[in-house]
Amino acid sequence: MGLLEKHGVIERNASFLLIGSLLVVSIGGIVEIAPLFYLENTIEKVEGMRPYTPLELAGRDIYIREGCYTCHSQMIRPFRDEVERFGQYSLAAESMYDHPFQWGSKRTGPDLARVGDRYSNAWHVQHLKDPRSVVPESVMPSYGFLAEATLETDLTSNSLRANAMVGVPYSEEMIDNALADLMAQADPELDSSGLLSRYDNVRIEDYDGNSRELTEMDALIAYLQMLGTLVDFSTYEPEANYR
Amino acid sequence: MRNIGGTLVVGLGTFIAVLLAAFAQDNAFRLHMSVVALVLGLATIYMLRQIKFGPAPVEDKSGYMDGPIRVGSILTMFWGIIGFTVGVLIASQMAWPQLNLEPFLTFGRVRPLHTSAVVFAFGGTALITTSMYVVQRTSRARLFGGNLAWFVMWGYQLFIVMAATGYLLGITQSREYAEPEWYVDIWLTIVWVAYLVLFMGTLMKRKEPHIYVANWFYLAFIVTIAMLHIVNNLAMPVSFLGSKSYSLFAGVQDALTQWWYGHNAVGFFLTAGFLGMMYYFLPKQAERPVYSYRLSIIHFWALIFLYIWAGPHHLLYTALPDWAQTLGMVFSIMLWMPSWGGMINGLMTLSGAWDKMRSDPIIRMMVISVAFYGMSTFEGPVMAIKAVNGLSHYTDWTIGHVHSGALGWVGMISFGALYFMVPRLWNRSGLYSQRMVNWHFWLATLGIVIYASVMWVSGITQGLMWREYDAQGFLVYSFAETVAAMKPYYIIRVLGGSLYLIGGLIMAYNLTMTILGHRRDERPIPGNVAANVQPAE
Repeated sequence: MGLLEKHGVIERNASFLLIGSLLVVSIGGIVEIAPLFYLENTIEKVEGMRPYTPLELAGRDIYIREGCYTCHSQMIRPFRDEVERFGQYSLAAESMYDHPFQWGSKRTGPDLARVGDRYSNAWHVQHLKDPRSVVPESVMPSYGFLAEATLETDLTSNSLRANAMVGVPYSEEMIDNALADLMAQADPELDSSGLLSRYDNVRIEDYDGNSRELTEMDALIAYLQMLGTLVDFSTYEPEANYR
Repeated sequence: MRNIGGTLVVGLGTFIAVLLAAFAQDNAFRLHMSVVALVLGLATIYMLRQIKFGPAPVEDKSGYMDGPIRVGSILTMFWGIIGFTVGVLIASQMAWPQLNLEPFLTFGRVRPLHTSAVVFAFGGTALITTSMYVVQRTSRARLFGGNLAWFVMWGYQLFIVMAATGYLLGITQSREYAEPEWYVDIWLTIVWVAYLVLFMGTLMKRKEPHIYVANWFYLAFIVTIAMLHIVNNLAMPVSFLGSKSYSLFAGVQDALTQWWYGHNAVGFFLTAGFLGMMYYFLPKQAERPVYSYRLSIIHFWALIFLYIWAGPHHLLYTALPDWAQTLGMVFSIMLWMPSWGGMINGLMTLSGAWDKMRSDPIIRMMVISVAFYGMSTFEGPVMAIKAVNGLSHYTDWTIGHVHSGALGWVGMISFGALYFMVPRLWNRSGLYSQRMVNWHFWLATLGIVIYASVMWVSGITQGLMWREYDAQGFLVYSFAETVAAMKPYYIIRVLGGSLYLIGGLIMAYNLTMTILGHRRDERPIPGNVAANVQPAE
């Protein structure tokens, strides 16, 4: 028991105990997390991923604010039932611009990774205002106040800039035009050429059906309607991305 | 003049909060800082009224510093009740969705309030309080740094208040168990470093040559939580006068960083810290030495080494690369052994004192806590096996697992520690009532058993319904049907949680009466020595 007797040294010296513990608890994280940043095959090669438009990003902030992740996952696992129920299993590439990720840990409600384009805007408005009017079994809270709340836009370009600083490829042009792009996406009457030149695959609609003002409902539905729609799976090769 | 320094600091804090509210860049930050200013302002007024002029009475600084521990004991009780009550509320919301009151009291905002109230407010205050109690008595030294202990205690409470009010205002990073935003995280970092200095400083000035095993666990908990908290909360604020920030990491890297943190919030906050608690209070209450010194060395180092690796089991079958998933699964299974090392060391400490299970309800509480620890640290590795996780992930099974750990292990050992400490801290000859401890024990145990078993049934039902195919190869159930099937279980869960809450209320009454110096006139529990002791006066 030589080793255990030597342990007495650590038991008599608080600094040894502190440094020893810190060393021991550092190893696992370094081995598991650090390689994810430099192994090139961590994120699959896909076509179609782009940063969120300013309106989608604002909607995503509301999704986070309301704690939607406490009941909805955004991570379809590669099981037959999940793929049939929710669609193509999720790729790491699909959340490469997600600061933070929203994979979730609980499915009190269904997975939302591919909810985009599945329902009409009107369905979403009705569902968010009164979930049980369209899904009688639902236990979701109602979010009618989103339709009344004017979307805060003072920090729109700051939000894009903060994302750019943590690595999302927003260009200076995107940041400078953030507010105009945000407005243009929720109002088909406005000139959207700038928005369309900066972002591919964008839906431009009056999402909440209320053209008088830009609400949090507009932003949230814009986000929901694009979820899982970006990657072009016709050009995706699963075998080439085996990890 | 006394109490002037602290009052000035809190007053200055109020002023800063008012300034931040005035110059806030977004509404959420403005509201949040107004709430903070209000809380600090009330504290300032209270503290101003406490300022005494004239010479200070001579304070005996040779003994232990128990003031912050007394405050912490009461706060632990308080936050426990709050946490359990909010838990019953959100459990009810899942059974009866009409109970969601938009915008502030919807499930999505209240659920983080519940988890943080139980883990950080109740559990965290219990850990800070007991660690201050234990480190002094096992080191035979007064807490280091004078008023530093008060700063740690109240600074941590300010963190809790900021976190809790932030959730209801919708201020969240959406990182589970790390929801508070960047400025709250910075405040917690300051408090936590002060806590580390307090704990290390006290260890340094100890008069015992050996550092007692409970302190190893407390120290590992403090230092690891510091590391996890700082790395997981790295973020870029949108504005330094705004509430919103974006995580430094994205997608898959962010997911693993978060669950490296999330799992070790369980591993170090809810396990290592509470093992420290067990290693002091269980042997004390049983009046027996710790069963095995060697086992405690081996399981301490094995536990802290292995726990850190287990995070990826929260991400099995996700887009996390397979090699990381496999590592997480393998280490989670290995973790079973050091976890049970702690359980064995705790239970075997009762060798020769098992008769106390009959006569001492506090021992009973501590024993069932260790038993639940053993059960949930067996269930955890099972759920980390990929084939099992495929069924259990995303379902209520996980929720049940967490609660057998949190209600069973964390809750029960904390109750045991409170029942042990409170009479001693207030110089009472014993608890107000031993029989109420017994009531608390049975209500809480029954509550946990109902809760955990109902969540097993609902979780496995849910998982099986999602993947059920008919003979033609079609999915049998729509998602909505699986939601409807959960309703009876969600209602029974409310019952289980309520029993646990009622037990907590009985404890709060019992401890309050103990603090006030009352003694209930009751028939003693046969064989209970403590209950038969007459008051000293």
